[in-house]
Amino acid sequence: MSPTATPVRRQLATPPVPASPFPYNSGSLLSVLDLSLDGLSQLLARATALENQDPLLRDRILAKRRVALLFYESSTRTRTSFELAAKGLGADTTLVSSLSSSIEKGESLKDTGLTLRALGTEAIILRHNSSGAPWLLEESTHLPVLNAGDGMHEHPTQALLDLRTILAHLRAGTGEVNAGTLAGVTVAIVGDILHSRVARSNMLLLPRLGARVLLCGPKELLPEQAAQMGPGIAIERDFDAALGQSQVIMMLRIQAERLAGLQLDLEDYKANYQLTGQRLAAHAPQALVLHPGPIIRGMEVTAGVADGPQSAILEQVRNGVAIRMAVVERALAADRQGGRA
Amino acid sequence: MTALAICGGRLVDPAAGVDTAKDILLRDGRVAEIVSPGKLKLNNGAGDIETLDAAGLIVAPGLIDMHVHLREPGQGYKETIATGTAAAAAGGFTAVAAMPNTTPVNDAPEITRWMQEPERGAVVRVFPIAAATRGSKGEAVNDYAALKSAGAVAVSDDGKPILKDSVMRETLVAAARAGLSVIQHAEDTRMTQGGSMNLGPAAFRLGLRGMPPEAESQIVERDIRLVADLHDPRAHLHVAHTSTATALAAVRQARRNGLRVTCEVAPHHFLLTEEHVGFYNTHAKMCPPLRSAADRDAMIEALLDGVVDAIATDHAPHATHEKEVEFENAPNGITGLETALGLALRWLHKEWKMPLGRVLSLLSAQPAALLGLKARGTLAVGSIADVVIFDPDAEWTFDARQSKSKSRNTPFDGWTMQGKVRWTVSEGRIVYSDRG
Ligand SMILES: [Zn+2]
Repeated sequence: MSPTATPVRRQLATPPVPASPFPYNSGSLLSVLDLSLDGLSQLLARATALENQDPLLRDRILAKRRVALLFYESSTRTRTSFELAAKGLGADTTLVSSLSSSIEKGESLKDTGLTLRALGTEAIILRHNSSGAPWLLEESTHLPVLNAGDGMHEHPTQALLDLRTILAHLRAGTGEVNAGTLAGVTVAIVGDILHSRVARSNMLLLPRLGARVLLCGPKELLPEQAAQMGPGIAIERDFDAALGQSQVIMMLRIQAERLAGLQLDLEDYKANYQLTGQRLAAHAPQALVLHPGPIIRGMEVTAGVADGPQSAILEQVRNGVAIRMAVVERALAADRQGGRA
Repeated sequence: MTALAICGGRLVDPAAGVDTAKDILLRDGRVAEIVSPGKLKLNNGAGDIETLDAAGLIVAPGLIDMHVHLREPGQGYKETIATGTAAAAAGGFTAVAAMPNTTPVNDAPEITRWMQEPERGAVVRVFPIAAATRGSKGEAVNDYAALKSAGAVAVSDDGKPILKDSVMRETLVAAARAGLSVIQHAEDTRMTQGGSMNLGPAAFRLGLRGMPPEAESQIVERDIRLVADLHDPRAHLHVAHTSTATALAAVRQARRNGLRVTCEVAPHHFLLTEEHVGFYNTHAKMCPPLRSAADRDAMIEALLDGVVDAIATDHAPHATHEKEVEFENAPNGITGLETALGLALRWLHKEWKMPLGRVLSLLSAQPAALLGLKARGTLAVGSIADVVIFDPDAEWTFDARQSKSKSRNTPFDGWTMQGKVRWTVSEGRIVYSDRG
């Protein structure tokens, strides 16, 4: 038997947690929390404007500006999307990936960032397998850093494109967003929450617009402390019950590469958490189905659901380019106005 | 030989129960006389006497840090015995106990002796703590009698725990026989793999794998059971850098049961929480990690009610480039020697009202007793002339760039400190002075 802790009797003043110095550059997008609601409204408006603009005119917005894509993880979707977005605005892009550069020779992230800056890079889009890497890179370079996914932490542009997709379906015609825009909307995020940066960014973003986020998954992939991440987040372990309450269902992939020795019975997982046509019809026949990709068909969703009428998965991909154009434009526009660096 | 007179100060020597105005004469590395103010006979023809004017200052036994990493042999780019002890002197410390996780590990009498050779350039006394097991691998117990005669004051595999019950039992038995304490780094590494901060809401939010508090407390509880089963009053278990409320509770209970179980707490564990990691500040990464606010509050409570036996810094220097990396890849540890007194006075004494004598006792008399250091941790006549002289009222800001350590990895850069060290005297010699 372990003895219990003695209760603390005194109320004592203790050292405060210092204010965060981030972001150093106002063009950075490290976390969804870097955007105010006004900033978010502007960004969504710019995404629409840029998407609708004549490509020949759009091409001049960032003509010859230098943007580096620094990718420490392989990624087709996000990398291509960012690259198309930056090129769509006329920027020169350079891809630096861990498979074909000095990174594999052991150069530190800080040194790589300083090298890119010395080469004239004006903004860096970073995908990294370690949580927090974009913060390190921004502190080291003071350049605008766009977080394209860091470890198990955040993937802010994914959450923004998810939001754009949700708004298009549930709040068509919305101009500016505010703290009540998604009031009454419940978004279920289902599956491997623990290892998901997409989940974390959405958990921080959607409640700020009034949405309720319902997390659903087994204990191994969804620890209780997830509900303490911020306001408007609750846990519902029963998938059918979660579906019944939700207007949006965001399915996540099992991140086998991050399980790190965790034993998971996949058959059991499928039985409890796979989104099938039957389940969808029974509990959420009107709900919008999202998935950040890549999809493992037959694991978290059936092919029928992925390709079915409630799925907005390919629309998410299209929205990604528009959102990322706005994010890249913001990164370099801020620099012109003189960032906080 | 030159003598040193310290005049006009307030002598605070908790071990001797003294807190009053006194003049002190140090001669031949010892405390020669303690007299009422103005009563020292400075012209008795016994050679030169240098006088320090301690008016308005506290004169106390030199501080003793029972848990530091001086990085020599083998990691001189992080710290050397010379730079580490210079930092110690600047912080008011006159003795430090150096952990054995060097390269090679200090598991042999030759290394223990090498660390104490004058060529190392130590400015204050270094007491090596020898590895408990060969190479600190947790398998084969070292020859403690030989290590003790080479100068080791305790055994530990710090940085790693001794996981196997049988090896820990054997360690406790052999150390008891040799008259040495066993200092355990309590961490069940089977539960902390891949973890880089405390397991809890902050780790989840930051997407970092967590180290559960049970990884500490379960080892402490296991070790206490082993001590209890030995029924040997000589057996002494000392828990290093205690960080969790449950581990403290276990120590508290063990003491009630009459066992010789002691513990230390580091300033960062009684001041900071997991929230101080901020956005991946690697200067807030150490092992054990910063814990919850409830754990931090339990550290304060245990310091105030006397369950904690010593404040130890776990001074762990790392080169700048080693800390300027992704959080999960950064090495564990922060420096602590130059901030311990200033933080203890600012928070424990000024804010939380611990009497000055008790703060100083946790930083000198008590660690001296735990390590069995003779004639240290007190300024009674005849004891070793290790003295710290500080201005208790001076507020100052710590600037890591001015540190005497080779490394700068501290979360306390820019923090307000209370109490400025004016002189540090090691065995009768002035090794640090600041009249600024
Ligand atoms: Zn340790």
